[in-house]
Amino acid sequence: MINSPFPKIGFLLSILVLAAFALPAQAQESPYIVAYDHYLEEPGSLEVEYFSTFATQRNGNDFHAFWAEFEYGATAWWTTELYLDGQTTFNDSTIFTGFRWENRLRLLQQEHFINPVFYFEYEQINGADKIMKEVEGHDVESDHAVPNALARREHNHELEFKLLLSKTFKGWNVAENTLAAKNVTGGHPWEFGYALGASRPLALKASANRCSFCRENFIAGVEMYGALGDRHSFGLHDTSHYLAPVVAWNLPSGWTLRLSPGFGLNDNSHRFLLRWGVAREFSGFGATLGRLLGGRKQ
Amino acid sequence: MTEIKAKTTARILMITAALPFVLAGHILSAQKENSASATKDNSVYAELAKAPKKAAARRNPLERDPDAASVGRKLFERHCAECHGEDAEGGRKAPSLRAEEVRQATPGTLFWILTNGVVRRGMPVWSKLPEPQRWQLVSYLKSLPPAEKSPQ
Repeated sequence: MINSPFPKIGFLLSILVLAAFALPAQAQESPYIVAYDHYLEEPGSLEVEYFSTFATQRNGNDFHAFWAEFEYGATAWWTTELYLDGQTTFNDSTIFTGFRWENRLRLLQQEHFINPVFYFEYEQINGADKIMKEVEGHDVESDHAVPNALARREHNHELEFKLLLSKTFKGWNVAENTLAAKNVTGGHPWEFGYALGASRPLALKASANRCSFCRENFIAGVEMYGALGDRHSFGLHDTSHYLAPVVAWNLPSGWTLRLSPGFGLNDNSHRFLLRWGVAREFSGFGATLGRLLGGRKQ
Repeated sequence: MTEIKAKTTARILMITAALPFVLAGHILSAQKENSASATKDNSVYAELAKAPKKAAARRNPLERDPDAASVGRKLFERHCAECHGEDAEGGRKAPSLRAEEVRQATPGTLFWILTNGVVRRGMPVWSKLPEPQRWQLVSYLKSLPPAEKSPQ
């Protein structure tokens, strides 16, 4: 069932048709690709995103993993997202690897010294998934050397919980995410991981000109992420870790581009990752969907 | 063991299948919730009174910057007009910012509302905009003329 592309194509087309009736919107997107800050999607807006990860692989073939992300602001305190994952392993094959349904809930109404957001996700992915949206447990580079035909036979249903802590001060955003995940198929133990991020716009004051290359449109920073073992062997041994500069370019046209070269920090990590992404936000998506589902007339 | 596994998988699939309906229901109720906080609901302006005294007393550091209001307009069009309307006269989802209550509010109060949002009523926090940009937005809001009275 998971390998049939047709339901996914139908779903994608439906989203794109609905988005066509919505207006492009312009937000200030963070540059993080793995870490999360405490900012949620604006209510009623849909952000459609595409991300890629190219990774070098020792004792195996390099790969290009990719995912589409549909991020919807259900309310000002709840953002829900659907991910569709896939990957191409060079000299092997291209496959769809599963989906994820993610939710982020803002726990406090106002801004505080530290702002917590509760995150929970359900994943239905196979063993060939390589997007590395998070690193957990004893995830290591050699896991990705298994040929696709073999790896895709493993089917995982995973629940993932995160506590996202974030603070913005003097233009700097600092974010810390703690992760706990459990594969509910089989007797897998709870696994743990982390992500840290810091970023800042290149200019704090906006300029008078309407320009694409104004410094305030660029946000640069760095993120670090990795695994912390599992319930039976918590710690850093047999885990992988990455350090990655990140940059986002928020264009006045409503598009956001992100780029992040990542570097493995130990022998268990991929030597090099190159991640990039493109996103566009559409406002009024919720209202359009509400009308179609018989909600109030405007 | 296999039976337990199959039951667990079936439960997960049922929950996953039900989720789009739950989400659709929530979207519809969120639309109604948003409509309650739209243009004609004056109670939304009561949120202005919730700004702490210290925050309300803050002065706009850019009040003497001649460009602040025009730059603020650019930021308003980019981030706020979608909900508050092109001319800040209120939109489908959010109230007029040319109402007397907003005009009478101190710059510090407007800055506080921008920073903290009114999350319960659908306005997100905007602390992701750097402080100077939030003050530029306040400069623009303070430069707005009063709302035009609708014909009786």
